[in-house]
Amino acid sequence: MQTKQAPADEPAQVELRDIWKRFGANEVLKGVSLKAYNHDVISIIGSSGSGKSTLLRCINLLEVPDKGSIYINREPIQMIHAKDGRRIPSERSQVIRLRTRVSMVFQNFNLWSHMTVLQNLTEAPIRVQKRPRNEAIEYAEYLLHKVGIAEKRDDYPAKLSGGQQQRVAIARALAVMPQVLLLDEITSALDPELVGEVLNVIRDLAKEGRTMMIVTHEMKFAKEVSSHVIFLNEGVIHEEGTPQKIFESPVTERLRTFLSSV
Amino acid sequence: MIPDLIVESLAPLLKSSVLTIHLTCLTLAIGACLALPLALGRLSRNRWIAGFCFVYVYYFRGTPLLVQIFLIYYGLPQIGLTFSAYVSALLSLSLNTAAYTAEIIRGGIQAVPAGEIESASAMGMKRRQVLYRIILPQMVGFALPAYGNEIILQIKATSLASTITLMDLTGMARTLAADTYAPLEIFSVAGVIYLVMVFSTSKCVTWMEKRWTVYRS
Repeated sequence: MQTKQAPADEPAQVELRDIWKRFGANEVLKGVSLKAYNHDVISIIGSSGSGKSTLLRCINLLEVPDKGSIYINREPIQMIHAKDGRRIPSERSQVIRLRTRVSMVFQNFNLWSHMTVLQNLTEAPIRVQKRPRNEAIEYAEYLLHKVGIAEKRDDYPAKLSGGQQQRVAIARALAVMPQVLLLDEITSALDPELVGEVLNVIRDLAKEGRTMMIVTHEMKFAKEVSSHVIFLNEGVIHEEGTPQKIFESPVTERLRTFLSSV
Repeated sequence: MIPDLIVESLAPLLKSSVLTIHLTCLTLAIGACLALPLALGRLSRNRWIAGFCFVYVYYFRGTPLLVQIFLIYYGLPQIGLTFSAYVSALLSLSLNTAAYTAEIIRGGIQAVPAGEIESASAMGMKRRQVLYRIILPQMVGFALPAYGNEIILQIKATSLASTITLMDLTGMARTLAADTYAPLEIFSVAGVIYLVMVFSTSKCVTWMEKRWTVYRS
């Protein structure tokens, strides 16, 4: 497992500085800062409504923070205020470019249902990254093999189980060769007996040294794969540290209560 | 019933059906081309675009097709815009079906799961790519059953073109009925021809829908 200590000259893959986000009257994030270096596996835990998913969705601009800045590999994402006061990215082309560097896996898989498994994997590489078709297919087949689902390449998502669909979704996110993988509660919509197969895929990715940010309710899993754990509470980082520190000797009362409740 | 009359009327009626089919296909095609931008306009965040498309759809769905035909054929010449009967029929039938088709397309677009659209933009697709690669292909699957119904309604709606002198299936039937004093035979044959057209259309649409949505099963 990697440590949090990175060489001083190595840029953070993802850096968030003082991120604020509100939905209506509800202030969801109240000044969150974090850095993810190469090979980090950062788990974000916390009770529902603590802002975990919103935080993750800010990283690839599915939500635009009201305040604060985001750097992907040192490159700041330019944001301006629109006429109606909302904050928006000033250049859509930059967002589009960065989204293939930081790709996301969703709770409900969100595979494109009218495309086969293989097409789901080759769509973004071919259409967004303009990679040659046969190269994209070759890499897609390699990834499908890796997540153990190669024989389903020509099936449509509706034919697959939830666990299989989620493994395809992970492969789809990897197909664009991202630097960072964002996983948003990827086992929450699965039947209990299907959770294991999906977590195994993530375990392998962690062993390979993939940089990942994981929002999860699976505490045992978070403890096992993470290099760093963040406990988010009421929109702020309440406590953070190594998995040993967070799970075995939590400092704050709030974290202790949370851990005993799950 | 006079069997000979039925046989004799068949040839001219079938011949005039060509115009019915021609009007149906051409107006559906023009209508569909107008309908897609109208549907997208209805969903637009721009108030003016959305408002215009709403008014358009509201007008063409809210007034009788016959009134729309008369307005173009008899009404517009009054302000110097004279169209032939054929062009008037084409215009009114196209504009009319565009409104209904726009609503069908809008419903189809809204049925596409939001998560699939979100994952597409999260993978770096541009809005246009999301529309053409994710939304529209699935929209077709959702819209086909309702659109099949629209095709059938349009086949029957073309009969109104006979009111402005066009010799479509209904127009020919009216003429023959007047000539032969045998409206029962003539209109029965015409009805059967319409039935055959409608039946084969609906079979065709069901088949297409099955083929298009293989991914659902």
